[in-house]
Amino acid sequence: MPSLSAYLVVSALLFSLGAFGFLARRNAILMLISIELMLNAVNLSLVAFNAYQPGGSLNGAVFALMVMAVAAAEATVGLALVIAIIRTRQTPEVDEYSDLKE
Amino acid sequence: MVGGGLAVVTLRNVIHSAVAMMVCFGSLAGMYALLGAPIIAAAQVLIYLGAISVLILFAIMLTQAGDASLPAPFHRQVWLAVVAAVAVFGLIVWGAVQTDWHGATRATVLGLTAIAQAIFTTYALPFEVLAFLLLAAIIGSIFLARRPEEDERAS
Repeated sequence: MPSLSAYLVVSALLFSLGAFGFLARRNAILMLISIELMLNAVNLSLVAFNAYQPGGSLNGAVFALMVMAVAAAEATVGLALVIAIIRTRQTPEVDEYSDLKE
Repeated sequence: MVGGGLAVVTLRNVIHSAVAMMVCFGSLAGMYALLGAPIIAAAQVLIYLGAISVLILFAIMLTQAGDASLPAPFHRQVWLAVVAAVAVFGLIVWGAVQTDWHGATRATVLGLTAIAQAIFTTYALPFEVLAFLLLAAIIGSIFLARRPEEDERAS
């Protein structure tokens, strides 16, 4: 059985992959996918902490379920925003959204 | 799972990235089952594999009108992003390995009954707030994504 630290390392790896994707990718939808990756990493660490704590409380699991619901809401609104932006600007590349700079 | 995550952020085609994301989320569901939380694994499959992945695939296919030329996937500041991600990873791993978890051991498998009871008694208020948040998200996304100018299209 893997230890708690192993799960935390996997979660950290997933989180930093998501952070890298958010910072480095140019596609707006891929930035949203990267946010989902980070949320999932946090969920994994929550469930791992919940599974490894003594006493059998359910806080971590319930919190993970709530994070999932909030992530679903965030994905919905985020994708709607991205689609609205793409419809007006005709490109998913975030570099092109520079109206405020000019 | 980590390979799936790596593929998500490195693949050039956005649709391939989305499919890699589904692989990653599916193996994450397996990991939840391994952690003795089958209800969370089921929720993961339902919400992420079922709903969010399909939503993202639909969004990609709506927005990518079959253009063959794929632009460069990364920003110019990609190396800065690599440095930041590695720094975050190092910090978290250092914290996780350094901390003494007081011999944390595995608890029992999470039962569905216990979780349902907790949600509807202890966490009843957050549950209701969450329902309201989902309602607001539905209304907001419909408002954002609807096609404007009904009269313009009619003319």
